[in-house]
Amino acid sequence: MLARTQNTAVHDLRDQMQSLGPDLPFPPRREDLQNLVVQLDRAGGSRNWRTYAQYEDGPVVPGPWGAGADSSAGGTGGAAKGGAAVTDGLRKAVREQHAPIFQRVDRDGQPWLAIGMPVDFTDADGRGDGAGRTGSKATPSAAPQQGKPSGLIVYAEFPLTDEKADISALVTSAQAGALPALALAVVPALFAARRVLRPVRRLREAAERITSGELDTRLPVTGRDELADLTVTFNEMARALEKDDAELRRMEANARRFAADVSHELRTPLAAMSAVTEVLDEDAARLDPDTADAVRLISDETTKLARMVEDLIEVSRFDAGAADLHLDEIDVAMALRKTLQLRGWQDQVETDLPEGLRARFDPRRIDVVVANLVGNALRHGGTPVRLTAYATSGRLRIDVADQGPGIDPQALPHVFDRFYKADAARARSGGSGLGLAIAMENVRLHGGTLRAANAPGGGAVFTVEVPVDPWGGVGVETNGSGADGSGAGGVASVPGAGGAGARDAEAEGVEAKGAETEGVEAKGAETEGAETKGAEIEDGRP
Amino acid sequence: MTRVLLIEDDPAVRKGVHLALRRRGHEVEAAASGETGLLALDRFRPELVLLDLMLPGMSGLEVCRRIRETQQIPIIILSARGDDIDMVVGLEAGADDYVVKPASGEVLQARMRAVLRRVVGEGGGDAGASGGSPAVSAPSASSSVTYGALTIDRAGLLVTKNGRDVVLAPSELKLLLFLSDSPGQVFSRQQLLEQVWEHSFYGDVRLVDACVMRLRAKIEDDSRTPAYVQTVRGFGYRFGPL
Repeated sequence: MLARTQNTAVHDLRDQMQSLGPDLPFPPRREDLQNLVVQLDRAGGSRNWRTYAQYEDGPVVPGPWGAGADSSAGGTGGAAKGGAAVTDGLRKAVREQHAPIFQRVDRDGQPWLAIGMPVDFTDADGRGDGAGRTGSKATPSAAPQQGKPSGLIVYAEFPLTDEKADISALVTSAQAGALPALALAVVPALFAARRVLRPVRRLREAAERITSGELDTRLPVTGRDELADLTVTFNEMARALEKDDAELRRMEANARRFAADVSHELRTPLAAMSAVTEVLDEDAARLDPDTADAVRLISDETTKLARMVEDLIEVSRFDAGAADLHLDEIDVAMALRKTLQLRGWQDQVETDLPEGLRARFDPRRIDVVVANLVGNALRHGGTPVRLTAYATSGRLRIDVADQGPGIDPQALPHVFDRFYKADAARARSGGSGLGLAIAMENVRLHGGTLRAANAPGGGAVFTVEVPVDPWGGVGVETNGSGADGSGAGGVASVPGAGGAGARDAEAEGVEAKGAETEGVEAKGAETEGAETKGAEIEDGRP
Repeated sequence: MTRVLLIEDDPAVRKGVHLALRRRGHEVEAAASGETGLLALDRFRPELVLLDLMLPGMSGLEVCRRIRETQQIPIIILSARGDDIDMVVGLEAGADDYVVKPASGEVLQARMRAVLRRVVGEGGGDAGASGGSPAVSAPSASSSVTYGALTIDRAGLLVTKNGRDVVLAPSELKLLLFLSDSPGQVFSRQQLLEQVWEHSFYGDVRLVDACVMRLRAKIEDDSRTPAYVQTVRGFGYRFGPL
């Protein structure tokens, strides 16, 4: 409202100046300015403004600011002093910015609007050289974008009483009408909203419950509106979900049980066959060649079948969540050496194992994992196979690296899949196709990770990472002996497992490793294993 | 040569195991049920029992208990069920070892030899010795040693507590003799599996735990606060110190 008033006032003033400006002789004398002001005042019409004009730094016409305030015809200004609304700030701003400027001023509790407008020459060439005797019709006009400033500034001021009255009337009517109406409307609206929102909230909570697996969630249906329909639909959805879920679970459980049952059933005939394979092997030499081949074939495949059935049973145990973890505190180096020794791999595998590093894990399961990784490396990779273990920031890392062709990048994401065969050549390699899947499950059971990668120098690298102590408590321990700890009363000597072939895990060894496998899963960052290990090792022995 | 009683209901397994053991020079009597097996026990006088758990009629566990009531003969369970719980239950019934089917003749032979072998001598470690002949431990200066209320006669392989004979199954006796041979020394379960049971792989340490529990039930005053066979958390077991 006020903005509109302002804009029209500025607009009017400009129009008036444009019609009166051309008649103004230049440079204007005092009388000319008087005339201009009188005409402007008269043209104000309903707005009944009071105008002033000033040329350069000459006198303000009419009279100094606020003097000779003849109350305008409207008398709306009341005791308003003329020119008092035109503040020094406004005048300064007009001079400096050389643009029409308005300002709202509060005077005696009455809002006034003051406008200042510089007047320019219309033609750009016009020269207000002060002499004015060039005779050129340099006509000043209130078009600020043209020509030179003429030095003439016109001011206008008028009270905004009417506008104020309008606004107050609006506010009053709003207060008197809209507020009670609003207040009256809010109460039923809140009730309605509550009625709508509560069921909606209930729906949301029920949906959350279903999301969290409580598929037997149902909502009571009340009323006969759309929300009730929605609730009914929701309940139907939940019922359908529950039914499907139960069906799926039943099928899954059946499939699992079936796999487990089949595997167990296979054990009995395999037991009979396995018992006699040696008899076949022993006597094969005395049979005719074809029969001997057939006999050996049966013997070999029986052995493979037996292994596969064992792996299947192990997998079905994982699937059924029946795999138990029997944690023990073990000397890592000894355990890994034993794994190699039990399978006669000591001479084919280079080891870099930290002496005296103890960790809590299930020795049987870690044995299975490492045996599988090393077995794969020996079979598919290339010697020398390298087995490395070290502790880093509370985790035990075991790396198995080979010098073979590495793993096909396309096969990399699938190497841990069940029955995944990386290529046709590996299709019948004596393994069950479940080895890596089982290794993965075993590591997971420890709360660890198993990763496969290709080392930049060639060859595949498998990295086992398990928490040094999955159950908290005693962390990494070290002792000088490297044997089974002089803990708790008595030295445990380990027959046949002295520190033979023992090597200290020194920084150089570990760092050299880092150089080899740099870039494999941020390994480079962790190659300070040796140093950090030193920091972690604490004698937490009870 | 060992006299083996095989109690197994599946004819193929019975035949296969029989064949495999006979090839290795053992004398085998096969029974198709627990009941006939128990009858054969008196008649055949075996030195070792190979026992299937899943039998028609009397269960293998029941057969195991009945044999244990009267005899200290080594019993090896041969079962198609290899879950932890099956193993623990079987061992609690008094079996000395637990072999999961399928097992090759070689494995069977090794396990049999291990339970038949008498206790290893001081210093342990003749686990690799072959041959089925019992390796009797070299008798100490005085063959019987007393620990608290427990007296162990290493030569006579007798254990008495407060003067009363304690009846131990072969694996329990071997375990006790092995542990008491180096009192105070801690052995990990894996070590015990290798030394006492001669498992040449990462066997199931449940075997050790079950045997320790049975042994404690027989020699300790209170199994929950054992004095003779003590647990060292995170390390294993040791004998004493009293």
